[in-house]
Amino acid sequence: MAEAKEPNPEFTRKVVEAGGKTVNLCFQCGTCTGSCPSGRQTAFRVRKLVRRAQLGFEEDVLPSDDLWLCTTCFTCYERCPRGVEIVDVIMALRNMAVRKGYMAEPHRKVAELISKTGHMVSLRDEDKALRAKLGLQGVPPTVFSDPKALEQVKKIGVACGFDKLIAGGK
Amino acid sequence: MAKYGFFLGCIMPLRYPGIESSTRAVLDSLGVELVEMQGASCCPAPGVTRSFDQTYWMSVAARNLVIAEKMGVDIVTICNGCFDTLFEAAHKLNHDVELRKKINKILKEAGVDEYQGTVNVRHFVELLYKDVGVEAIRAKARHGKGMKAAVHYGCHFLKPSNIKKIDDAERPHIFDDIVEAAGMTSLPFKDKGTCCGAGGGVRARTPDVALKMTKENLTNMKAAGAEVIVDCCPFCHLQYDAGQAQLKEFGIPVLHLSQLLGLAFGLEKEKLGLEVHLTKVNL
Repeated sequence: MAEAKEPNPEFTRKVVEAGGKTVNLCFQCGTCTGSCPSGRQTAFRVRKLVRRAQLGFEEDVLPSDDLWLCTTCFTCYERCPRGVEIVDVIMALRNMAVRKGYMAEPHRKVAELISKTGHMVSLRDEDKALRAKLGLQGVPPTVFSDPKALEQVKKIGVACGFDKLIAGGK
Repeated sequence: MAKYGFFLGCIMPLRYPGIESSTRAVLDSLGVELVEMQGASCCPAPGVTRSFDQTYWMSVAARNLVIAEKMGVDIVTICNGCFDTLFEAAHKLNHDVELRKKINKILKEAGVDEYQGTVNVRHFVELLYKDVGVEAIRAKARHGKGMKAAVHYGCHFLKPSNIKKIDDAERPHIFDDIVEAAGMTSLPFKDKGTCCGAGGGVRARTPDVALKMTKENLTNMKAAGAEVIVDCCPFCHLQYDAGQAQLKEFGIPVLHLSQLLGLAFGLEKEKLGLEVHLTKVNL
């Protein structure tokens, strides 16, 4: 017989504080899992993730791949008969996981691109040419053509500690 | 008709600029004025930034809201991701004084003016339906193609519906009504309304999982006889367009609603930027 794990209410309290304030309302009906388009293709089960968060099983939740298989489609959130704001719970857990250094390299790269350039997609010469051909400004009137605006975005990253956060990825 | 700050985001202006030129032309012909949000950035993308740090996510979003606020305009976006970020940030910041104080403190450190909490964020589809009206669109759509369309709402246009309050999240109709006014038939199909698979950082981290979801949707669309997919989000657009190229099957052309309306209004085809689509568009 496997050893029973002790619940850790301290972790659950942190999840509530981080934005998952409705996590304790879940009564495990499974409507979320039954509605999940990602769970149809993978072994990801939303109901289990919420239960683990409720019980405070930090080590089962924060390093897990499951946490990142949610597309945030909000179908479970819409259908939950208990009003659990499931996407908010998942966002709270993801924020906590990232703070522990759990972030996938492709995600870290996107975050870095945003914090350094103000956009999540690069501006290539071919993009400028196509924009011009369509009668648009070659360089869009965004941070791409406004260094002072970009400076502000970078400073927000510093003020929030976002730069340091993404430097600590593993 | 009112004037709106046109929020560009990233994928539209940089990968599918035809959506941008189509949106500008279509709204101009319907009497909606767009003004540039000089110095705007990424919304920022909810999949990664909100997942990483919700305070950073909201602060960058707030800076974009400040740009519109100082111009005295509301925002319109043609992207569900940008809509989700900016709508939710505005919704929270406009109603929660304490949160606004906290975010304004960060903005101040970055040299950004305070956000006063006055901006509303609109989605292109909802703006067309509520402010322009289906009849005005029907009157302009003289070149409707009469094709069978699979309408893809995506997730973040209508959901979470408790704050967005735009249409029924399970059985919406406003997007279908616009597509039909443009001379198309909007098809019913199995599991209509299901996620394209790209959101939440899933496309970036596990593209194979995203593509499985896309394939299931494409299979259902094809079984219903879809001749075109119509979306209202450049990220869903990318997922269906690039996804079909990768799957090497289906071959159903993908149009953003702005491009579909451009065709129906008789805009020059060259202005729609269809040649960059990876799934050929021969309409």
